[in-house]
Amino acid sequence: MQTSFLDKRGRVFLAVLAGAATLVPLLSLATPAGSALHMPAYLVALFGKYLCFALLALSLDLVWGYCGILSLGHGAFFSLGGYAMGMYLMRQIGPRGVYANPILPDFMVFLNWKELPITWWGFNSFSYAMLMVLLVPGVLAFCFGWFAFRSRVTGVYLSIITQAMTYALLLAFFRNDMGFGGNNGLTDFKDLLGFNIQSDGMRAALFSISAIALGVGYLIARAVTVSKFGKVLIAIRDAESRTRFIGYRVETYKLVVFTLSAMMAGVAGALYVPQVGIINPSEFSPANSIEAVIWVAVGGRGTLVGAALGAVLVNFAKTWFTGALPELWLFALGLLFILVTLFLPKGIVGTLNEITIWPRRNPPQASPHATPAE
Amino acid sequence: MRMTRSIGAALGRAMAGLTRKAFTATLAVGLLGAALAPATVRADAGDDVLAKFATDRFPDTEKAIQDLAASGLATGPAMLDALGANQLYFDPASKSIYFTNAAGELIAARTGAKAEGVAQARLRKVRLNNSVRGAMQAAQGALSLMSPDPAKRLSGAESVFKSRDPASLPAVETALKAEKDTKVRRAFEQARAAVIASDKSQDELNRLEALDVIKERGDQDAASLLSTIAAANDGRVKSSAEDGARAIQSRLALWAHVQNIWYGLSLGSVLLLAAIGLAITFGVMGVINMAHGEMVMLGAYTTFVVQEWIRSHNPALFDYSLFIAIPLAFVFTGFIGVIIERCIIRFLYGRPLETLLATFGLSLMLQQAVRSMFGANNREVGAPAFMSGAFDFGPLAITSGRMWIIVFAITVFVGLLALLRLTPFGLRMRAVTQNRRMASAMGVDTNRVDALAFGLGSGIAGIAGVALSQIDNVSPNLGQSYIIDSFMVVVFGGVGNLWGTLVAALSLGVANKFLEPIAGAVLGKILLLVFIILFIQKRPRGLFALKGRSVEA
Amino acid sequence: MSLAKDNPALTSSVLYLDGVCVSFDGYKALRGLSLTLEPGEMRAIIGPNGAGKTTMMDVITGKTRPDEGEVYFGGLHELTKLDEPSIAELGVGRKFQKPTVFESHTVEDNILLALKAPRGAFSTLFGKAAADQSERIDRILATTRLTDHRARMAADLSHGQKQWLEIGMLLAQDPKLLLVDEPVAGMTDAETAQTAELLREIAKDHSVVVVEHDMTFVRDLGVKVTVLHEGAVLAEGPLDVVSADPRVIEVYLGR
Repeated sequence: MQTSFLDKRGRVFLAVLAGAATLVPLLSLATPAGSALHMPAYLVALFGKYLCFALLALSLDLVWGYCGILSLGHGAFFSLGGYAMGMYLMRQIGPRGVYANPILPDFMVFLNWKELPITWWGFNSFSYAMLMVLLVPGVLAFCFGWFAFRSRVTGVYLSIITQAMTYALLLAFFRNDMGFGGNNGLTDFKDLLGFNIQSDGMRAALFSISAIALGVGYLIARAVTVSKFGKVLIAIRDAESRTRFIGYRVETYKLVVFTLSAMMAGVAGALYVPQVGIINPSEFSPANSIEAVIWVAVGGRGTLVGAALGAVLVNFAKTWFTGALPELWLFALGLLFILVTLFLPKGIVGTLNEITIWPRRNPPQASPHATPAE
Repeated sequence: MRMTRSIGAALGRAMAGLTRKAFTATLAVGLLGAALAPATVRADAGDDVLAKFATDRFPDTEKAIQDLAASGLATGPAMLDALGANQLYFDPASKSIYFTNAAGELIAARTGAKAEGVAQARLRKVRLNNSVRGAMQAAQGALSLMSPDPAKRLSGAESVFKSRDPASLPAVETALKAEKDTKVRRAFEQARAAVIASDKSQDELNRLEALDVIKERGDQDAASLLSTIAAANDGRVKSSAEDGARAIQSRLALWAHVQNIWYGLSLGSVLLLAAIGLAITFGVMGVINMAHGEMVMLGAYTTFVVQEWIRSHNPALFDYSLFIAIPLAFVFTGFIGVIIERCIIRFLYGRPLETLLATFGLSLMLQQAVRSMFGANNREVGAPAFMSGAFDFGPLAITSGRMWIIVFAITVFVGLLALLRLTPFGLRMRAVTQNRRMASAMGVDTNRVDALAFGLGSGIAGIAGVALSQIDNVSPNLGQSYIIDSFMVVVFGGVGNLWGTLVAALSLGVANKFLEPIAGAVLGKILLLVFIILFIQKRPRGLFALKGRSVEA
Repeated sequence: MSLAKDNPALTSSVLYLDGVCVSFDGYKALRGLSLTLEPGEMRAIIGPNGAGKTTMMDVITGKTRPDEGEVYFGGLHELTKLDEPSIAELGVGRKFQKPTVFESHTVEDNILLALKAPRGAFSTLFGKAAADQSERIDRILATTRLTDHRARMAADLSHGQKQWLEIGMLLAQDPKLLLVDEPVAGMTDAETAQTAELLREIAKDHSVVVVEHDMTFVRDLGVKVTVLHEGAVLAEGPLDVVSADPRVIEVYLGR
């Protein structure tokens, strides 16, 4: 049975994204400020943030849902992508910083640095920065995965060392002499490609780009998962050593999908930073990465659309709670972790699949001898 | 501990009294014996000494200071302090000397009594220049040699040791003759040796003998003094000083390593305490408990609550607060552990990744619960008397708190090992670990064992929290700072192996302390994390891994 | 090593084990196991629990590295130096004791994944299916009597069907040597007989090693039998001869 490239759910998902990508800028820019239809800039940025999280969730679903690699360090790839974007934005500030140094960002002047560290070279170029958004998380994932998968670190061990990885990066980025702004991170951005980053137009554009990025990310993930490669991934998830015994080099498959996923997470981070206006080391905190895992679990792992949906839903709940009942948010989030794992292990979309798809698929199997072979 | 404290307090009170009576209470001196230095008072000589301050000429002032130091006049130290603060006055008419004390009162130098009816406007300041200042500092050192306070005498000896001023030699000799406290006496001898050894006018044999005394002292100061002497001399003095300096340096380097190992063991024991409960739940039962850190945190808060209760109900019990908190924390967190196992974990056996997520959610809820009840800020948990203070062990400085935590960690470890090896419960637990179905068939109530084992792991986390409350901030985030380290320890040591956990915790602690001076604290920690990440990839089952078919299934 | 290369028994064999030792934390699972399999031969391996049957399979398929001893495949490939995928690519297929199929794939996809085709990540990601692919799948499904179940999830199959699916996956791999670990465990008598037939069918153009406890099944196969005991070969020959051997009776059959 060949899986069609785009199923109904996928088409609906892409249609919703396309709708959002056109409608939100319209509501934000083409309506007068007082109108009932007007969408204020802060909402545009908030929704844009959700879409970035959805892309992160999608990338996580690719490794966890399809290949069984529970990464508790995907926040690190997200943050690295974010830092790469942040470094470009810092270089764009130029002489408009507090210390008016045309080359060095403010924090370097403050630290009495005389020249730009080598890690910052080239970040004045947008295309170089975008290359780094993909390459830095990709190379880290490749190196990490190369060691981890070759020596067959699996299951919770892998989860724990991915967590240690992001924890180590958290500690490292807190250090001033790493040259990434230490504690305060990178902020006070002025413009992106020459446009003011605070303007309504820029916010609407960033939102649309995020929606498009999520759509493209979905298409890539979908293409990967319906290919024979994707079937091998699922085989690895279900019976790793069996897959090895029929001749698949499991570590290569894991490495490819892990690296691809890290790059997607990096893109999500890069889009996130200009919309929230700051990136600092706390983005590396292990709790962030685990929170991303619960988005995927809520939506349904191994469903792609579900992961994105879960990210949006949980973050919407977070926004609501932190506004209305800030004390209770962590209770609610904690409870969500427990309830989803106990009562909704397949997540929302996975459970819907069971209800709607199985009955349709089962009838031909109910009478297996009815259809002659061939 | 309590005893020494009260003796110290009595001593302090006695001494304060003595100072007030200007050392006339020789009876008290006899009673207190070694703790006090005798101070001779030559009241008659005082007048000549003081008169020189009134001539208003620098050389005379200098001479006056030296005489003052030698005279042992009771008001001497106070006068020198006043001089340093530009608060020493003379009356040009009567040649009397006055000074203002810390309280701003004008005191007559001759008697030490408050000078009533003296017009301050008539007085003139005793002037200072650098030379006078130098003499003053030397005299202060010499004078403190006579102080009734042993700590002051000790610091006086130290300053002589450092200044090596030949002028202070007579004062040191005098003080040495009268000194009965062995520790202070040794310091005086070393001070005298320092002066003699660096004084080229001394007899060579005396100097060599003095060098030996300095070598015996054997610390960093001795080493640098010896190098200074070696550089300034030649012949036998030079070679002897050089040898001594070299010997001390290499011995000090060795002791620095020992001290580092000690710090490392101390850190390692903290890691061990934090990880050992995890070694049960993760290592033995295969359950990933991300809320383990929060069990530690709850244990620390139990200590806080116990101490609060003691403070408001029965302050006398404060020194026993930890002994009360340990069983309470064990029972409390153990009970919570059993509830968690019954309500959540047992539905997730065989699904480690789900367990990880559910317990992480639980950790968020526990943190928030504590934050709601006790606030987000650090809570003050006091240290009982036996946990505070420090002592020297050879050249090692050992804090009591750290030492007791090491002892405690080892005790917990041994106790746990004994529990698993020697008790019926331990036997059942190991049986369930190795073959759940077989154990069940043999009549072991596996549900009960699971719940109790999880409770045990959580309870141990709780008592770890009691210990950690002594050295870390008690806040809702306490647990988070330990959870990753704890997992690293268990994974590094090899899952399912308590000895592995012990070795891993201690070696990681020591490695951390050795990396710190080279790489800095944060970078050292990062390096260790990277090392463990690489190590796990080389040996995925840890240091002491079980090997075989069953493990890989 | 160089001596082994000139050994005629080695060069003409499809599988050659000599003096293989494996120990786990002091427990010696294999102590000097030696075994030679001729091309096209089917061999049954029997032995009590702990005789080292599964460990032997692990060594041949690269899962476990022996402490000492030689393992050659087809007279020239040194299996002790290769990992599982490479050994599988050489043409060694393995069926596990417990049926392990990819439960969330359909029966057809299970066969598809096992089908002899490039195994690299990039060829599966971008490559096109071979022209005769579906034809081969159909043939294998027919052989294993799973044609009617091709669209079902493997998880939904009965135990016996899973065993057959796994054998079908082995066929799809088209290995030169099949290692089959307890293929009839948990099967009904009818299924067992059918499985024996299936294996005999397979043995016509493959070399096969079957590990089995079920004596009726081994008798049904009617092939040369090797008895393992404590990690070494105790006896070898036709089942009737072997079962008359007093040592075999003592360690295995008699008690």
